Amino acid sequence: MSPFMITVYVFVLSCFIGYHVIWGVTPALHTPLMAVTNAVSAIVVVGAILVAGSAHQTSSLVGVIGFFAVFLASINIFGGFVVTQRMLAMFKRKK
Amino acid sequence: MELNQDIFALVYLIATILFILGLKGLSSPKTAIRGNVLAMAGMAIAIGITLLNPEVKNYTIVIAGLAAGAVVGILLALKISMTAMPQLVAALHSFVGLAAVLVAIGTYFHHQETGELNTVLLLELSLGSLIGAITFTGSLVAFGKLQEILGSAPLIFKGQHFVNLLLAVAAFGLAIDFTANQHMISFLLMTGISLVLGFTLVLPIGGADMPVVVSMLNSYSGWAAAATGFTLNNNLLVTTGALVGASGAILSYIMCKAMNRSIISVIFGGFGAEAAAGGVAQTAGKGVKSASAEDAGFMLENSSKVIIVPGYGMAVAQAQHAIKELYQILHEKGVEVKFAIHPVAGRMPGHMNVLLAESDIPYDVVFEMDDINNEFSTADVVLVIGANDVINPAAKTDKTSPLYGMPILDAYKAKQIFVSKRSMKAGYAGVDNALFYYPTCSLIFGDAKATCENLVNSLKDGH
Repeated sequence: MSPFMITVYVFVLSCFIGYHVIWGVTPALHTPLMAVTNAVSAIVVVGAILVAGSAHQTSSLVGVIGFFAVFLASINIFGGFVVTQRMLAMFKRKK
Repeated sequence: MELNQDIFALVYLIATILFILGLKGLSSPKTAIRGNVLAMAGMAIAIGITLLNPEVKNYTIVIAGLAAGAVVGILLALKISMTAMPQLVAALHSFVGLAAVLVAIGTYFHHQETGELNTVLLLELSLGSLIGAITFTGSLVAFGKLQEILGSAPLIFKGQHFVNLLLAVAAFGLAIDFTANQHMISFLLMTGISLVLGFTLVLPIGGADMPVVVSMLNSYSGWAAAATGFTLNNNLLVTTGALVGASGAILSYIMCKAMNRSIISVIFGGFGAEAAAGGVAQTAGKGVKSASAEDAGFMLENSSKVIIVPGYGMAVAQAQHAIKELYQILHEKGVEVKFAIHPVAGRMPGHMNVLLAESDIPYDVVFEMDDINNEFSTADVVLVIGANDVINPAAKTDKTSPLYGMPILDAYKAKQIFVSKRSMKAGYAGVDNALFYYPTCSLIFGDAKATCENLVNSLKDGH
């Protein structure tokens, strides 16, 4: 099997995992779910770091592209997780 | 430090597991915070190990980008009001989209330099950039509509489906040319066309469908991350992207089902435009009853079971804190109070639950439609605040209604219904509400917040 096909396998199986995990999420938490998946989808930061880190010069085209990619993904990571935490902390049971 | 490739893969696997466990934590509010922390740990591990990658040499840019993003992200997250959550989520989606585009372009330059370009990679890069670009501009439009910078009315022009089709075909054509001939210009043109496509795809979708659009873009941002994973041959990104993609897709499905609309008709847009022409005119004052807050307060006080139905109007009027006070007083008087939430109440899935939680209403008195619908017949009073279409019995009885077939909250079954309403204006779908003409229904005119405060005052005065 080519490396590409292995990745396809991983992708398809992950879709099934996602399907089962997400149906288990309580509808009351759908907004926090969106916020946290937002933060998690910023995992593209891994790609962004590889691009930015490969730049020989900070001011080169790759450097600038990489910086903005890391910057945007980082906003998502911190923004997404913090706002999720803020929301979840508000959910309280009856005293 | 030199690390074996397998060690990287192993650490990424740990991060993947943490993400899955993190999302699983959201199955209950009790485990949700722990879930979020697990997901954070997964992200920290993923970033940490990536920084150790020997390919990463220029730490200045990376650290500067991470730090700047952290400052902006944390400020945004702490300052945003809970009512504006849909806008924030839309804005964050656009960032992921743009980041995916930039990573695709950057990866191309990087691999061009090292001479590692091959057909599969070029195709993957095209896909990553295409999905990322559509996510980026589509989310910008959604943000504009939610923030009311753009009108929420669907923007429709003749032949738009044809134009969209043409754009999509052109984008795919250019992607194939780029893959086959490595023409950079084709790649850039394709990205440009995809950016336009994001605009033209979301502009025709009306405000009422925003919960679906936001969920759909959530899904796209996941697929964009997965496509980036393919280009980097990184299974962490592929898995995580698939999780997020599945999440957004499921939410879109739930929203569509709750509105009785097919995903196709939402995507092609135009809902609300044709409906606005009908319904509205006929509403003008025929046989509706109005009540004062005092009347309603008296009824509430003397009932044993009250169900409150909040809608987006509650959020607009910022009435949630007054509602909490109302809940508190009734609760202390021994009245059983429950909240009923329709899946599409608000501008995004679960929006009402967050607003109620923010005003300190315990989550165990807040119920989803399917869990509470059979309780309306036993309720003495139903108080509707800022909801309209989701309680319209015409959805069950009137085959000619645009809402026909949509699942509704069975508020009409209650002994007495009070609806807080600003005016006789029709709901978001522009449809007259049959409930208002029920003999058991009375309208309390006025701003939702003022009405709730009046209710609270009348209950306090009673003693």
